Amino acid sequence: MTSNEILPLAVMASSLLPGLIIFTLPESRIRWRTALNLLGALAKLLLVGLLLAGVAAGEEYGFRYAVLPGIDLAFKADALALLFVTLSALLWLFTTLYAIGYLERSPHRSRFFGFFSLCVTATMGIAMAGNLFTFFVFYELLTLTTFPLVVHRGTDKAMQGGTVYLAYTLGGGALLLTGIVWLHSLLGQIEFTHGGVLAALADAPTWQLQAIFLLLIAGVGVKAAIVPLHGWLPQAMVAPAPVSALLHAVAVVKAGAFGIIRIVYEVYGIEFAQSLDLLTPLAVMATVTILWGSFRALFQDDLKRRLAFSTISQISYIVLGVALFGPLGTVGGLVHLVHQGLMKITLFFCAGNFAETLGIHKVSEMDGAGRRMPLTTLAFSIGALGMMGAPLTAGAVSKAWLIDGATAAGMDWAVWVLWTSSLLNAAYFLPILWRAWLRPLPAAFPNERTAARGWRETAWLLLIPPLVTAGAVLAAGMFSDIAWSPLAWAQLIAQREYLQGMP
Amino acid sequence: MSTGLIFAGTGAILFAMGVAGVMLLAHLLRRILAFNLMGSGAFLILIGLAQRAGLVDPVPQAMVLTGIVVSVAATALALALTRRLHKLTGAYTLPATRDD
Amino acid sequence: MTEFFDPLAWLILLPLFWASGAFLLGPTRGARLAIVGVAAQLWLAIDLAVKVGDGGTAIRHAVGGWGAPLGIDLIADGLAAAMLLLTHMVALPLLLYARGYFAADASVARYFWPLSGFLLAGLNALFLAADLFNLYVTLEIVGLAAVGLVAAGGNATQIAAGLRYLFATLIGSGMYLLGVALIYGAYGTVSIATLTPLINASAASAVWIAAALMLLGLMLKTALFPFHYWLPPAHGGAPAPVSALLSALVVKASFYLILRLWLGPFAPLTGTIAWLPALLGSAAILWGSWQAIRAVRLKMLVAYSTIAQLGYLFLIFPLLGPDGLALQAGGMQVVAHGLAKAAMFAAAGAMIHVTGRDAVADVAGVASRMPVSLFAFALAGVTLMGLPPSGGFLAKWLLIDAALTQGQWWLVAVIIAGGLLAAIYVFRVLRQAFLVPAQGERRHLSHRAPPLLEWTAFTLAAASVLLGLRGVDLLRLLAVGSGP
Repeated sequence: MTSNEILPLAVMASSLLPGLIIFTLPESRIRWRTALNLLGALAKLLLVGLLLAGVAAGEEYGFRYAVLPGIDLAFKADALALLFVTLSALLWLFTTLYAIGYLERSPHRSRFFGFFSLCVTATMGIAMAGNLFTFFVFYELLTLTTFPLVVHRGTDKAMQGGTVYLAYTLGGGALLLTGIVWLHSLLGQIEFTHGGVLAALADAPTWQLQAIFLLLIAGVGVKAAIVPLHGWLPQAMVAPAPVSALLHAVAVVKAGAFGIIRIVYEVYGIEFAQSLDLLTPLAVMATVTILWGSFRALFQDDLKRRLAFSTISQISYIVLGVALFGPLGTVGGLVHLVHQGLMKITLFFCAGNFAETLGIHKVSEMDGAGRRMPLTTLAFSIGALGMMGAPLTAGAVSKAWLIDGATAAGMDWAVWVLWTSSLLNAAYFLPILWRAWLRPLPAAFPNERTAARGWRETAWLLLIPPLVTAGAVLAAGMFSDIAWSPLAWAQLIAQREYLQGMP
Repeated sequence: MSTGLIFAGTGAILFAMGVAGVMLLAHLLRRILAFNLMGSGAFLILIGLAQRAGLVDPVPQAMVLTGIVVSVAATALALALTRRLHKLTGAYTLPATRDD
Repeated sequence: MTEFFDPLAWLILLPLFWASGAFLLGPTRGARLAIVGVAAQLWLAIDLAVKVGDGGTAIRHAVGGWGAPLGIDLIADGLAAAMLLLTHMVALPLLLYARGYFAADASVARYFWPLSGFLLAGLNALFLAADLFNLYVTLEIVGLAAVGLVAAGGNATQIAAGLRYLFATLIGSGMYLLGVALIYGAYGTVSIATLTPLINASAASAVWIAAALMLLGLMLKTALFPFHYWLPPAHGGAPAPVSALLSALVVKASFYLILRLWLGPFAPLTGTIAWLPALLGSAAILWGSWQAIRAVRLKMLVAYSTIAQLGYLFLIFPLLGPDGLALQAGGMQVVAHGLAKAAMFAAAGAMIHVTGRDAVADVAGVASRMPVSLFAFALAGVTLMGLPPSGGFLAKWLLIDAALTQGQWWLVAVIIAGGLLAAIYVFRVLRQAFLVPAQGERRHLSHRAPPLLEWTAFTLAAASVLLGLRGVDLLRLLAVGSGP
């Protein structure tokens, strides 16, 4: 095996092996577990760094293993894969730190961190899948490995959330499988290829290709929480905060969005999809989701549920970007994949801090939280402003590119959708900020557990991760033009997608 | 009608009676007897159909001998289980199944 | 003298030897003897599979130097070698498991060791037999040993289940024997290889009746819906290692025979009615899953899942075609389900052993007390649901591919629905296991799970999942000499 084959596998192994070892560790070996987690996360970042440098220089990384005659488990670390891999690897490190602080003294930590590492591995597999078969394998693995995390608390409510989660995701998986095997029976193995591969099936009946598209998109759309397949996401918020932060703001929903990107660009091909009239319905679905998610978020008093509906809305920005025919929209969608992850994880970290430190679970309990926890609230504010697309934040960059993309594609209505959503975002985030910063301190918080010590308003492991990610939100907004920024990388992908796609 | 076919026809009737007995009767001893009837029917058919041009074919004879050994073993097992069931429940019929 | 060490003969002789030995030596020493014997058989089976797979041809053995038509031929082609390999891969962990399971209960163990030896001898002989009458004898050996194992527990429920099973299996093999008699009457031979070219669509009506009788009898023995009535009490009521052996292997033996006959001598007769087994199989999937979903007792849930999973095997018949996809799917499903179901019964048995209760509701809290068993149950469940990367997933993929290629959309719908229904009953157990029991209810989780029980179950479950990564090897083996 060459190093170009080993590197993608090593990226996966860096979370798989620690995860498997952690399962066997007794509950009391806290130091071992922490060391393994951090070692894995740092090793992964290092390996991803190597991959990034290689791919930027035009190297090709991949690995194949025959599972059945004519069906391979194929991995391919291309520019698009690395966008997702880098985001997940980076956020895994911070979420691990956060989770160590968050789960201090709670039971079943070995199980938690074991499955957490497996989830990250499955996410890496989704990102680096080289064909639809491999994508499906890891897509289902992600479902299976997140279930124990959703029901981690073992309460009846957790079980209910877990059941709803499974019903949606396994149902989606079944649709996806049908679509994939159907394509497979028509065309053999479906490799992800720049420009798509389905143009070879131009003679097949259009309805058939459209039906397969519907099956595939419905399958991945469940995880991407596209309306009306979004019902699981608010329910899954019963999971502990780190799970909501990494999995339900980043890994799981992004896996769905990422699947849509792969299917549209590298299976159907953007031109062929356009010729089958598939992109406009997709854009309409995304629009409905954006507006419906924001609208529902307005009426949620539970903080995490409000964030969940906000996620539903924001993920479809990515889908909208994909569905806008043209490179500008593509860049907007891709860069939002990263930016939304940074912003949303910040918000979930902060929500977890409010809940852990002060017992605040509801928006109506937020009064004065900013005075008691200024740093957390600052990070929360940056994330929230980013979601609205305020200047100098990452959100502004993605929104600008999406709007340019919509204009260039001649879809002016999409511009209005984006502006409306921004207004709705402001409508449900600003009241939180107003309560936190401007309302007086209440007589007592619902359940204040950690006393403030100087500048440390809560445990430092809970405080550092949101501050860092909030900083990243600002950095991605202000320095979007430099090399290696998410924007620069998204431009690289769009360039390769559109240029190499041309015959 | 040759003797072979008479044997075979009788065998078929015995077999059908046996199957009906195993399935429909309640008393375990009767079911075991019915099973033996079923086996005998099959053996008769085997012997009867294999008679060609008046010559005796040794292969089915060997088969029937083996088959008899098998059915003796099965009968013994069935009898042993029936005795045990009678000892435990006092009945010679199978209890109704629990539906779960 | 090379003849003397022929693995084909020893695969049948070894279990007969250690079964008799175990009967004489008693449970403690008998168990050791049995485990050594099965380990040796596993080695023989691996050796055989490698030889058949690499050589690309079937291996034959004429017993005592007398071949057909006077003597008995043993033939190991790819399918037979795969079945033998599966049998011993399942049997060795299960016998180790049984040693832990019966440690406190010598009365059951006294019967278990000899009977499991006779069961394995019968199975091995069945997989290797090349003529219809020998197959009858082996079927009876397997059936009688299996009934003995079900009843070995000795309480009234188990005896009744054993008797019910005995009558079902006797009717099944009786019908088979009658078919053999008719075939012999028509052709004067029972050798499968000789019969195959003789039988064609214009065969005498006696041959049609024979084929119908034999296939129906075997379907009864395979517990295909609606002939499944005997399976749940037998498999759900027997001790866990027995349930595992029965569900994983014994029902597969009669299916193996159906497949042999369907592809071999009866191929010209079955073309027009291939939809019938598929229809019954679909009904089995839906009915079995539904019963599993509403089962009260844990082992009943697993037993009804067996009925559902056997249904998949019968879906392949209308799809058998020149591309071989359906046959591959069937072979993959047999192996994957064999490993997974053995693991699931073993894990369920370990949970019941520790909690002392057998209702699904009583597994609450098992997640924290017996994580290994629960993991084993979950991994086995992954295979049954047909989720990646398990062997069950590959089987499902191949089956859907075959159904789509032939435009049989209703089968695709059944397969997909079956997977989702399986998810409901598997997660019904997992959900319950993750529940934290209320403080007052920690009662019966007093003693620790024996590691031997937990880890053998886990090994089997892991094998069923990892099979998904070795699909190419299994299919290569199955392709050797498939067909008559």
